[in-house]
Amino acid sequence: MARETAIATKSFSGFSFLKGWAGVALHFTRRRPLGAAGALIIVIMLLAATLARLISPYDPLTTDYAAMLQAPSAAHWFGTDSFGRDVLSRIIYGARTALWVGFSSSFVGATLGAIIGVASAYFGGKVDLIVQRFMDLLLSFPLIVLALVVVAVLGTGTVNVILAIMVPMVPRCALVVRSSGLSLRQTPFIDAARALGFGHARIIFRHMLPNVMAPFLIMLTAFLGQAILLEASLSFLGLGVAEPTPAWGLMLKGAAVEFAETAPWMAVYPGLAISLSVFAFNLFGDSLRDALDPKLRVS
Amino acid sequence: MLARLCKINFVATLLEVRDLRTHFHTSQGIVRAVDGVSFDIKEGETAALVGESGCGKTMTALSVMRLVPKPQGSIVGGEIHFQGRDLLRLTEQEMREIRGAEIAMIFQEPMTSLNPVLTIGRQITETLEAHERLSRDTPEARALELLRLVGIPDANRRLSDYPHRLSGGMRQRIMIAIALSCNPKLILADEPTTALDVTIQAQILELMRELSRKFGVAMMIITHNLGVVARYADRVHVMYAGKVIESAGARDIYQNPRHPYTLGLLHSVPRLDQPRKAKLDPIEGQPPDLWNLPQGCSFSPRCKFVIERCKREVPPLRDIGAGHRSACWVAETLSQGKVSSS
Repeated sequence: MARETAIATKSFSGFSFLKGWAGVALHFTRRRPLGAAGALIIVIMLLAATLARLISPYDPLTTDYAAMLQAPSAAHWFGTDSFGRDVLSRIIYGARTALWVGFSSSFVGATLGAIIGVASAYFGGKVDLIVQRFMDLLLSFPLIVLALVVVAVLGTGTVNVILAIMVPMVPRCALVVRSSGLSLRQTPFIDAARALGFGHARIIFRHMLPNVMAPFLIMLTAFLGQAILLEASLSFLGLGVAEPTPAWGLMLKGAAVEFAETAPWMAVYPGLAISLSVFAFNLFGDSLRDALDPKLRVS
Repeated sequence: MLARLCKINFVATLLEVRDLRTHFHTSQGIVRAVDGVSFDIKEGETAALVGESGCGKTMTALSVMRLVPKPQGSIVGGEIHFQGRDLLRLTEQEMREIRGAEIAMIFQEPMTSLNPVLTIGRQITETLEAHERLSRDTPEARALELLRLVGIPDANRRLSDYPHRLSGGMRQRIMIAIALSCNPKLILADEPTTALDVTIQAQILELMRELSRKFGVAMMIITHNLGVVARYADRVHVMYAGKVIESAGARDIYQNPRHPYTLGLLHSVPRLDQPRKAKLDPIEGQPPDLWNLPQGCSFSPRCKFVIERCKREVPPLRDIGAGHRSACWVAETLSQGKVSSS
């Protein structure tokens, strides 16, 4: 009997959950068309990255010395590079690198930051003081410098780049989430949770973290754009993803020095891809912040 | 025969608070929020802790739970025996096992005491899970049973609802369900009905009384509402400026108050059994600042029966017969007749 009701409630909530998401998406599109445009570009990027094998006209790694430095044409829409590789295919595959590095580093960075921020707010006192000073220390370095330090210590490679981008994200997210956590700490339901004998870990993970979802999501989307830009910068500086992996920053690097005048398409298209994706994430992030911020919400 | 009689009349003491002292360090100095409080709660008994705002009622309850806000506040002395163990000597881990499982607490603000992002069902099962009380039924079944117990209509649907869809009274019922979930021995209810409508107040109190009788749970109701005390409490402890100043059975305290402050409280409540034109008789003056208490009895500056001794010596809480205790030098000579003639 009880099991039946449990199943019934579950399927009921599952259905309304789906319906709810479609409704939320529609509402968001109507209220914030710019954010929806950003979301659309992100979705296209995601599709390009996942379906890269199907939609890219050429293999991104195959060199074709018969077709080097060709201008955009019907055969090569975005032209070819100095090794005869198709620029469009490399941009499509580059979306994989950009999104993989972007998503994993911002997700891990924001999550770690959120946990540190909430824990710091929850414990307060000396713990808070020490953690916050350490975060301030990390914040005193510019984003790119800290990332450079991490790469310099760990070496290049995709995983190390993810780590390098993640590290400067942590204190930024921790700072924002902590301030939400501080006001959360004062709410009676946290006292009630303590009066029910819950342990610190249970209170932090189950009761406080779900309540800071709004700032967490905002930081996450804000980081995504930055992370893609940072990955491109590191690759451009030769400290990021290594050749021959298709990556936008890497393509710029190969193009910028020698071919900027003779074959501008080699630099223009990956540059456009970087700008467009960062722009899309920022648009979406801004709209998301407005939508989630109760102070700006007009009901 | 005698032994058997004794056994029947003997009800074990569940909670025994002795000379509890909880101090706060503030910029104005040390605030003695709880200043030598002693009282007992017997098994299954409903006790009321009465007093005006800031007299230390809530801090007494939080001290029992060992949840005094740190680092400003700390329990500096006394003993709290619960089922024979001194709670003040337990480790934090041992204390955590008692909170929620043996002693539960219901808070004043039902609107904000539930986590807004977790479903009702989740919040009830969470407590069961934390205390590993899941052996008999599935947690969902137990949650459903608890919701029915506290009179939530359509309990099935409510399990997957979020708190914002419930009214204040319903939320307080949920809080009661959560408090009851692990079958505690004692429930501390900190002004459980203050934030609710008058009509809902009675419902909630009635529910609490019914459930406490059904499951033999002892309760400590913290309130400033003497009407609540009269109807629902077995025993009353009146607090003033961090001290218990009078302790007696509920009926006794109404018919025969033995402390000028209690007398004043009773005279400042409108009553239906008095002539309509009878004037209320409020207590003059303000409660003292807790960081700057007067010498002698804290109530002496406002007291109508003050004698020279009150301003020099603090009166101890002493037995004045039949389980009635009062902290007043002139307790024996006080009577209600005297207050109306004065």
